[in-house]
Amino acid sequence: MSIDKKIVADLVANDVGFVTTVPCKQLAGVIDAIDKSPDILHVPSNKEDEGMGLCAGAFMGGTRPAIIMQNTAIGVTINTLVTLTQYYRMPLPMLISYRGELGEPVACQVEMAVHTKALLAQLNIPTYHFHHEDDAKELDAILKHTFMCNKPVAILTDATFWKGY
Amino acid sequence: MIRSEVLKEIAPVISDQLVVCNIGIPSQELHMIDDQPSNFYMLGTMGLASSIGFGLAMVQNKKVIAIDGDGSVLTNLGTLPTIANNKADNFILLIIDNGSYGSTGDQPTYAGMNTSLTEVARACGCENVVECDAADTKKELEKALAGSQKTIIVCKCESGNVKVPVITMDPVVIRDRFMKQVSAS
Ligand SMILES: [Mg+2]
Repeated sequence: MSIDKKIVADLVANDVGFVTTVPCKQLAGVIDAIDKSPDILHVPSNKEDEGMGLCAGAFMGGTRPAIIMQNTAIGVTINTLVTLTQYYRMPLPMLISYRGELGEPVACQVEMAVHTKALLAQLNIPTYHFHHEDDAKELDAILKHTFMCNKPVAILTDATFWKGY
Repeated sequence: MIRSEVLKEIAPVISDQLVVCNIGIPSQELHMIDDQPSNFYMLGTMGLASSIGFGLAMVQNKKVIAIDGDGSVLTNLGTLPTIANNKADNFILLIIDNGSYGSTGDQPTYAGMNTSLTEVARACGCENVVECDAADTKKELEKALAGSQKTIIVCKCESGNVKVPVITMDPVVIRDRFMKQVSAS
């Protein structure tokens, strides 16, 4: 099974039925597989905080949500994560493309990469980092953990994990 | 008419509907006028009432009314293309457009100047957009609830607030009682 298909299979196996995405080159294959999945309603959003609003609504409607975004979005969504997702105690798996790590060709991406884990730690967001393909074996457990504890949870996936750009 | 008068008028129409209400004074006014477990009050995160309401409408069949403001829609303008391009005919977005940021002291918004949110919504591809005077809001809302079409109502009213207490209910309580109303048969 390709890594894209494995990720979508784990989402479906954990009853994730609503996924919002902001485009990303590295996550394009996953986003495409989500779009094709008959078990997932895929709604692209224009900005990540908007997407988190959609996810909050989907969750309250009885459907488990997830968001796919880049790590730059942590900067965009801090207020939403704190005053919506965390304040109302809602689960939200965040599958994140961790730009600015080893192999990154765009210098500016490193500027946000150096803040990513510090910001997530400051927000008390459980954070997992996929570096090798084998790390994705934990995704199923991470999703179960997320919906057990009703928290936003970050899954950072770097360029090495995606085998380069 | 100011927003609180509009809310007072529409309260009987929305009391047994799922309502997601905008942050700040709009939620406080609705809470004071007619608190219902079927009301989801936003205590933070300006701009996301329409997104939360639309997310809720897309995954289940009950009607959902998102009560938003002109300032909040301007904050999250990307919501309108998302609403326009995805299916949820059980969704009603009521924009109470008083041309000002009411919760922060009635500073003017661009919606009260050269920008028409009605035209913006139409340009984003929303098909059923109604602009009305404040006094007609109840009638337009009843019409939208009786129909089966995604609807955006832009209610033009005057700016101004009444004195209201803040909402002290715990957010998890607000969310829990709201979710029970969503799943109730
Ligand atoms: Mg306003």
